[in-house]
Amino acid sequence: MRAEATRRYVAEFGRIEPELAGAQVPWLRAARRRALNRFDEAGFPSLRDEDWKYTPIKPIENRGFRIAGRSSRGLKDAELTAFQFQGLSCHELVFVNGHYADSWSTLGRLPAGVQVQHLAVILREEPEALSDHIHRYIEHPSSAFAALNAAFMTDVAYIRLPDQAVIEDPIHLLFISTGENEALASYPRIFVAAGADTRLQLVESYCSVGETQHLTNTLTEIVAEERACIEHYKIQQESIRNYHIGNMYIAQGQQSRVMSHSIALGAILARNDIAVKLDAEGAAITLNGLYKIGGRQHVDHHTCIDHLKPHTQSEEFYKGVLEGHARAVFNGKVVVHAGAQKTEAKQTNQNLLLSQDAEIDTKPELQIYADDVKCSHGATVGQLDENAVFYLRARGIDKETARSLLTYAFADAVLSRISPAPIRTRLERLLIGQLPESERIKEFI
Amino acid sequence: MLTIKNLYVRVEGQEILRGIDLEVASGEVHAIMGPNGSGKSTLTHVLAGHEGYEVTQGAVTYQGRDLLSMAPEERAREGIFLAFQYPVEIPGVNNVYLLKAALNAIRTHRGLAEVDAMEFLSLVKEKVKRVKMDEGLLSRAVNEGFSGGEKKRNEILQMTVLEPRLAILDETDSGLDIDALKSVAEGVNRLRHPDRAFILVTHYQRLLNYIIPDRVHVLVGGRIIKSGGRELALELEERGYDWVKQEAVAA
Repeated sequence: MRAEATRRYVAEFGRIEPELAGAQVPWLRAARRRALNRFDEAGFPSLRDEDWKYTPIKPIENRGFRIAGRSSRGLKDAELTAFQFQGLSCHELVFVNGHYADSWSTLGRLPAGVQVQHLAVILREEPEALSDHIHRYIEHPSSAFAALNAAFMTDVAYIRLPDQAVIEDPIHLLFISTGENEALASYPRIFVAAGADTRLQLVESYCSVGETQHLTNTLTEIVAEERACIEHYKIQQESIRNYHIGNMYIAQGQQSRVMSHSIALGAILARNDIAVKLDAEGAAITLNGLYKIGGRQHVDHHTCIDHLKPHTQSEEFYKGVLEGHARAVFNGKVVVHAGAQKTEAKQTNQNLLLSQDAEIDTKPELQIYADDVKCSHGATVGQLDENAVFYLRARGIDKETARSLLTYAFADAVLSRISPAPIRTRLERLLIGQLPESERIKEFI
Repeated sequence: MLTIKNLYVRVEGQEILRGIDLEVASGEVHAIMGPNGSGKSTLTHVLAGHEGYEVTQGAVTYQGRDLLSMAPEERAREGIFLAFQYPVEIPGVNNVYLLKAALNAIRTHRGLAEVDAMEFLSLVKEKVKRVKMDEGLLSRAVNEGFSGGEKKRNEILQMTVLEPRLAILDETDSGLDIDALKSVAEGVNRLRHPDRAFILVTHYQRLLNYIIPDRVHVLVGGRIIKSGGRELALELEERGYDWVKQEAVAA
């Protein structure tokens, strides 16, 4: 019963409320309660909701995830380094089961006025800074998970760049799930405010130590002012027993450039909702994505781009590799609103099905209310090109290696767009490591 | 080196080759000519091991071994090279790395040490010059965005580096301008050797002005209906295929 599931989450809130971060801060307590009420009204989405038609969330409804407390267990160095980027100089904030872990985090020198903080510091130094943001997205339709995130918010990564600030080194937000024996939930919140003419590279990593079976419900908000230039990477490689729900909201100013990559490899069930508002002339967004899954994994990407002003651009490039009984969903909605002339929107979704039982539901959704626009979309679903396999075999490459190599090449079309070499390299190695004959295919790339 | 006996092949239920007999000895160059749809490409693909072709009868022996029981990669390692009529574009796979892996697959198979990156690069650069290929194409993805002529030169480069025992060229001359045609021919002529054989599949005799074949075979309707020396190619050029067909019917 869905109502029962909703009640379970509401009851859990009642139990945990006094222990939630900032419970003593009146505005935050009120914001959390407001979000919970919103969730209580709306309930979980069902398969009857058009946006959730292909993604059953019953396991999330049925499981009683306990809110993760601060983990008493530390991390081993090796556990941490596995998720870091060798050779990348970066600022790193580590969160364990959603809670900021000071001892593992390293923050280098930042330009004057730049803030990179977590919730406790914000509440201490600037308690009102977040008050406008916490419940900003809970009114959206099908926002149950955004509302839950606001109600239960475990911790916050807060990044603010004043105008003209340029952060040279990327910021890495590393969210690690630990603890195999219980089902825990964490609700991270990421807030990025990039002023005019700023530049930022931001990486969100979601990883597990061991076979965790947690729920990660994360929400990212990015505001890019005029001419801000942001590269964003989300790398989700949680345990294949984990549940992952991600909401991202991007709002862009004039001539701003945002490029966001979603690399989804882990979790038994993962859903990424990405909503972009191009509400100023010349704003441009690029969304790249790669999902590579097998077994009984399910990954769903829902993107929604609103072109609200003239001369805005969007480009989406998503690729999927599916094995076993895996199932993926890609829904790319693009709305060109009246008056958003000279909009350019391009969407590509290509899928490689490596087994009979894998399934993809891909759907472009273009709504165009302006007449002078350039919009295109294309979705493909296919198997490996047997002519290419034969060509490689006719050059002495064995069949398994040929197939692996072509699979890698297909997926790398997304990874090769990642500009920081240490990030790209780690992901390429990760991908290679998952393929058969991984040692052999290294020779070709 | 290669003996084909009474070979019958089906593609998607349709019989394309109907009793091919062919004997190719070391050191020889054989040209196979024929009109479109006669089964020329099918023959090259069957020899290279394409799985889409069903052999219903007959046998092929290569260096004393049953060729048809070998996987395509094993044939390649045993020295069979097919220059494709339509070389496949493979985005994401580096052209020169593929070539190096191909060479090392053959060397390892023969019990030779692999060549290292430096050795290989100097080898390849020398051969690139010989086939008059743009060096920039080496670092690109395999055939991706190559022109028709560049793809064919790339095939000849691969052949030159891999030094096969039996090279099968499937209409490598089609669509080439005269300069490209000449460098393809030079590539073949330079590799001619008593231990090596060539099968040139071609639609026109033009290529045979530059590569002098030992034998010419006419393939029509899935059968070799006439064989002869070099002069047969010239006669075909002059008189077309109809007279050979009529001769065959009369016989």
